[in-house]
Amino acid sequence: MQPILLKTDVLFFVLLAAAAVYAWHARRHEHLRAPWRQVARQPLGMAAAVVLAAYVLIALLDSLHFRAAPAAAGQGGGAYSRDINSVFDVLVAPLRDGVERTYSAPFAAEAYAKEIVELADGSNSRAYPRLEHGGAHLRDPASERGPDIAARLIGGILIGVALALAVGAAVVTACARKAHAPWTATALAMLRGDGQVPWRAILGTVLVLALLLGCGIELAPYYHVFGTDQVGNDVLYQALKSIRTGLLIGTLTTLVMLPFAIVLGLVAGYFGGWVDDAIQYLYTTLSSIPGVLLVAASALMLEIYMSRHADSYASLAARADLRLLALCLILGVTTWTGLCRYLRGEALKLRAVDFIEAARAFGVSHGKILTRHILPNIMHIVMISIVLDFSGLVLAEAVLTYIDIGVDPSMDSWGNMINGARLELAREPVVWWSLCAAFVLMFALVLAANIFADAVRDAFDPRLRDME
Amino acid sequence: MIVYVARRVLYALPILLGVNVITFVLFFVVNSPDDMARLHLGSKHVTPQAVENWKSERGYDKPLLWNDTQAGSARFTDTIFYRNTVKLFLFKFGQSDSGRDIAYDISQRMMPSLMVTLPVFILELLLTISFALSIAVLRGTYFDTWAVVLCVAMMSVSSLFYIIGGQFLFGKVLRLVPISGFDGGSAALKFIVLPVLVSVIAGLGYGTRWYRTLFLEEINRDYVRTARAKGLSERAVLFKHVLRNALIPILTGVVVILPTLFIGNLIIEAFFGIPGLGSYTIEAIQSQDFAIVRAMVFLGSLLYIVGLILTDISYTLADPRVRLE
Repeated sequence: MQPILLKTDVLFFVLLAAAAVYAWHARRHEHLRAPWRQVARQPLGMAAAVVLAAYVLIALLDSLHFRAAPAAAGQGGGAYSRDINSVFDVLVAPLRDGVERTYSAPFAAEAYAKEIVELADGSNSRAYPRLEHGGAHLRDPASERGPDIAARLIGGILIGVALALAVGAAVVTACARKAHAPWTATALAMLRGDGQVPWRAILGTVLVLALLLGCGIELAPYYHVFGTDQVGNDVLYQALKSIRTGLLIGTLTTLVMLPFAIVLGLVAGYFGGWVDDAIQYLYTTLSSIPGVLLVAASALMLEIYMSRHADSYASLAARADLRLLALCLILGVTTWTGLCRYLRGEALKLRAVDFIEAARAFGVSHGKILTRHILPNIMHIVMISIVLDFSGLVLAEAVLTYIDIGVDPSMDSWGNMINGARLELAREPVVWWSLCAAFVLMFALVLAANIFADAVRDAFDPRLRDME
Repeated sequence: MIVYVARRVLYALPILLGVNVITFVLFFVVNSPDDMARLHLGSKHVTPQAVENWKSERGYDKPLLWNDTQAGSARFTDTIFYRNTVKLFLFKFGQSDSGRDIAYDISQRMMPSLMVTLPVFILELLLTISFALSIAVLRGTYFDTWAVVLCVAMMSVSSLFYIIGGQFLFGKVLRLVPISGFDGGSAALKFIVLPVLVSVIAGLGYGTRWYRTLFLEEINRDYVRTARAKGLSERAVLFKHVLRNALIPILTGVVVILPTLFIGNLIIEAFFGIPGLGSYTIEAIQSQDFAIVRAMVFLGSLLYIVGLILTDISYTLADPRVRLE
């Protein structure tokens, strides 16, 4: 096994590390801990946070890429496989490998369209052929399928409940030990909803996720829960793989734009004068170009550039990866202006505040004033803008991919799934499950992100309502 | 005020110049005229002569920014950048790379765009403001809470789903309106109903929530308490005082998009096959026609800047205390 680090993987890990460092830093400073504690008291916000955490976990597992080890060292010089897989692919191997020939409906055991099949006696007949993987363990799908699905659902629910109970017990144990309280009293207090952290909402969300996971474990290896697409790939697998794409676009774009926005915004507001004029001119110009057009023009140029240098990419995955990164860059360059304008205004206000004037009177250098005195005072705005922008970027990916200027067509993404679904809806009978799967997973992510963003904004700065 | 507007217009010139520099860098430096020629003529069997002809037809055979072969100011003027920029500033959009007259296309496609964006703009404004006002009346109740939850949920659905869902439901299942397409005159009505409906619904969640926060901010001000203390009815307070005072933030968001209604909604037009400026741009992007994209970027930026100036003027109309100096 040979680990592979795609460029976006590196940035994603950097981002997670930065988040961890921030969390450690915030724990030690009361002025950061207080607003986060307030976020932790909002039931809806915490439920959303649990959902987001589940998404991040899947994206993380999907970002640990490797190439399979050579099958036999003796043969063919032991070359590594050309396919790049992730840990997530291994975990859901039955989904990935269960490829049918073409469309099949959710939970189907037979194909969606009639085909000519050869009967036992050698004659041909038009019938719905059995699927190779979906429901392949059933002898007579017509009578066995319903009871089998029901039995597996019950099994899945049991697994889910057991998982949720295990998590709940672990949480209670940890809380009881921290508070030096008896176990049962802690558990009862949690059930009653006492205390400041809304454990009922958190554990309720965990229960829902655990139930979904349990049913998935029971059903997904035997059925195509969301059906299969035109070339027979499992739709659930595609939708799950798209999580990484969506999350990366939502987070890396912000990572790309933050340095621009922070440095330029602070410098403009703090120094004023011609620096301010120049930076204001820059962002006014950029923001006066209609966003979609700028993204489209840049993406078009990128496409031409990449098709001219087509041979310089190691693999299809590396190419798609680079295109994703470039899309983040382009979106980042076009979205930093809003935050920059805000930070400039804040720096302008802070410049005249007493403690900054005092620092200047003491002879503290400009660089130090900016990093030690002004930066910490605007970080909450940066924080809020990161969470607020996220959901919009996830939605933007789908739209951009739809008009052919988004991620690579070979990449799993909700935009690509929706794009394909447009033609499927025009078919007779209708193929609705691709769209449905993309809708469910995308909606859950964006809704959770929106709710969490509201909670964070309310906690850090309720007056920043007009920032969107 | 005239002096102020004149200064703003003058200030717009360097910004438009900057926009031109950006599009120029994107289109001519990243992608040289030779590449463009090959792209349009096809990759096979292209003689160098054909490439030269294609370039000279469009004036792309000049140097990009600096012409060493000329003397004096012509060094700067006899270049692709200067010629293109001057032409755009004079609104001479010229021919598209495939040989069509861009100005004519724009004049033809402006109406279909407006037929969709204008009703959407008006309906959206009326609906979101009235919803937001009714939520503001019932603030703090369960209705308020659930209305906000509904708004957030509606915001979380991608606009693509509204479009595809609307087309599927009204076009395919109920067969009330055509799924996509366009026709001139009064026949256009049945084609624009669905796009208008879909765009209004798609924007409802975000708009309502946005206006609700605006109104709630105003409702907590002192003058509202005074108005209530005077014994004014809740309706008078809301419509005469709160709405009037929230006008400035409303105008900030609304007036600036007014001019950009002309260039249409890219996504809606592409989906519903409306031959407006939005789909014009999308088609140009997909067929890689730089002349059109450049003209549309210029036009879009110009209209945005016009929108900003109009916003400032509208402040003076809405609030007599605002003076533009």
